[in-house]
Amino acid sequence: MALLEAKNITKSFGKTEVLKGISFSLNKGEVLSIIGSSGSGKTTLLRCLNFLELPDEGSITVGGKVLYDGSDATTLSDEAIRQNRLHFGLVFQNFNLFPQYTVLENVTLAPTLLKRGTPQEIEQTALRLLEQVGLSDKLGSYPHQLSGGQQQRVAIARALALRPEVLCFDEPTSALDPELTGEVLRVIRGLKDKDTTMIVVTHEMEFARCVADRVIYMADGVIEEMGTPEQVFGQPQSEKTKAFLRGAQDLF
Amino acid sequence: MSFLEVTAFLWDGFLISLLIFAVTLLCGAPLGLPIAFCSMSRFKPVKAVSKVIVWIVRGVPLMLQIFIIYYVPGLLFETPIFSQMDRFFFVNYGIADAGRIVAVLIAFTLNYACYFSEIYRGGIESISKGQYEAGYVLGLTKSQIFRKIILKQVIQRIVPPMSNEIITLIKDTALANCIIVCEIIKQAKELAATKAMIWPLFYTGVFYLVFVGLLTVVLGRLEKKLSYFRS
Ligand SMILES: Nc1ncnc2c1ncn2[C@@H]1O[C@H](COP(=O)(O)OP(=O)(O)O)[C@@H](O)[C@H]1O
Ligand SMILES: [Mg+2]
Repeated sequence: MALLEAKNITKSFGKTEVLKGISFSLNKGEVLSIIGSSGSGKTTLLRCLNFLELPDEGSITVGGKVLYDGSDATTLSDEAIRQNRLHFGLVFQNFNLFPQYTVLENVTLAPTLLKRGTPQEIEQTALRLLEQVGLSDKLGSYPHQLSGGQQQRVAIARALALRPEVLCFDEPTSALDPELTGEVLRVIRGLKDKDTTMIVVTHEMEFARCVADRVIYMADGVIEEMGTPEQVFGQPQSEKTKAFLRGAQDLF
Repeated sequence: MSFLEVTAFLWDGFLISLLIFAVTLLCGAPLGLPIAFCSMSRFKPVKAVSKVIVWIVRGVPLMLQIFIIYYVPGLLFETPIFSQMDRFFFVNYGIADAGRIVAVLIAFTLNYACYFSEIYRGGIESISKGQYEAGYVLGLTKSQIFRKIILKQVIQRIVPPMSNEIITLIKDTALANCIIVCEIIKQAKELAATKAMIWPLFYTGVFYLVFVGLLTVVLGRLEKKLSYFRS
């Protein structure tokens, strides 16, 4: 059975329909890449999965447990929403590190507040994660003392510290200078080897092609094309996908 | 009167100025917080009431507010509580202006709480949505996010405007002499009237300057201490 199942998710802001029925599923350990032009609803989809927005319709199921069902009229309490969020992690485009905390404190803050172990255990986990993202030498630094790439790697460690079942990335390298994207993408690729289930929204086509198990191309709030990287990049069916991929290639 | 005697006489007045300063700060600063939250409330009536109060308090001279607080209980309810208090303290303890000081403290506290509340509101609203959302996706509660993530960033941002207000406050205490509270300038005027000495009036400036100098150093240190991070 799939770890994550999203069914027919719709979301409107006022009169603009941003998501028009998104359905997909994701198995444990799989990496899903979502590509698509700006404004197609990718961020909104990730925000729905992380309960920063509530879908208007549709359902979200993780590990067989229905976290959200739009047809259920009862409104979720703040506490239920908070519990639901713990199934997911989200790495933002612009990092959103906590500026007043050191690198290490950024990673230990949430597990400490959520009492996810003794202080020693939490710190040990944090140290291991920061080593994994290559920042063992920056433990005491503050976010403003780091490069964008380093900040994003801290954000990844921070998200991993809560062991989310599905880790989402919203264009994790879009705010970075080109020479810094590599270090972040390498970290994400490293997570795949550790069987982390991930959804990565990205404009890095090469990355999507090589790392993703499945690719979704989104356009105007619908899934225009979905399949393995070979299918989506190699033999795209839809005209829109072909045009998008040509456009992405023209950049080079 | 010798220089030292004048200094001692003015110092008595400056203690009253410092009292008004301290009470206004200690009561007004915390009181500003609920007012700020009301001004940001999603519940429209609460927001409207709080905005109107802030508008009135910031839109009317503080001196007028002192008069209003002092006189209105007597005029409206025929119980001039502050002059009654004056009399009570004078008869029992020999203190001349206790009731009027209380009226001044109330006026100052309300006035400054409103100014502080606007600084708090500006500080809180200036924190990016991303900081809250980063907290939410980590499964933190609203109150954890406010206390552990937002608060310190707000404090860092409000220290400079708060410093300005605090420095203005010590100088504003001179307004208390409009209802004859014996703060330092009232004391100096007393000397001018009874001893025909005008120089003590100008000499009061030194008291303010020294105190403002001290405040500047202390607040500057605080600002520096909080500058270890950039938000
Ligand atoms: N909070 C919001 N209120 C109104 N419109 C929004 C909001 N969030 C997103 N949108 C609109 O939804 C559309 C999709 O946005 P987004 O999900 O950010 O797309 P993408 O991430 O693919 O660029 C855009 O047209 C955007 O203007
Ligand atoms: Mg986006």
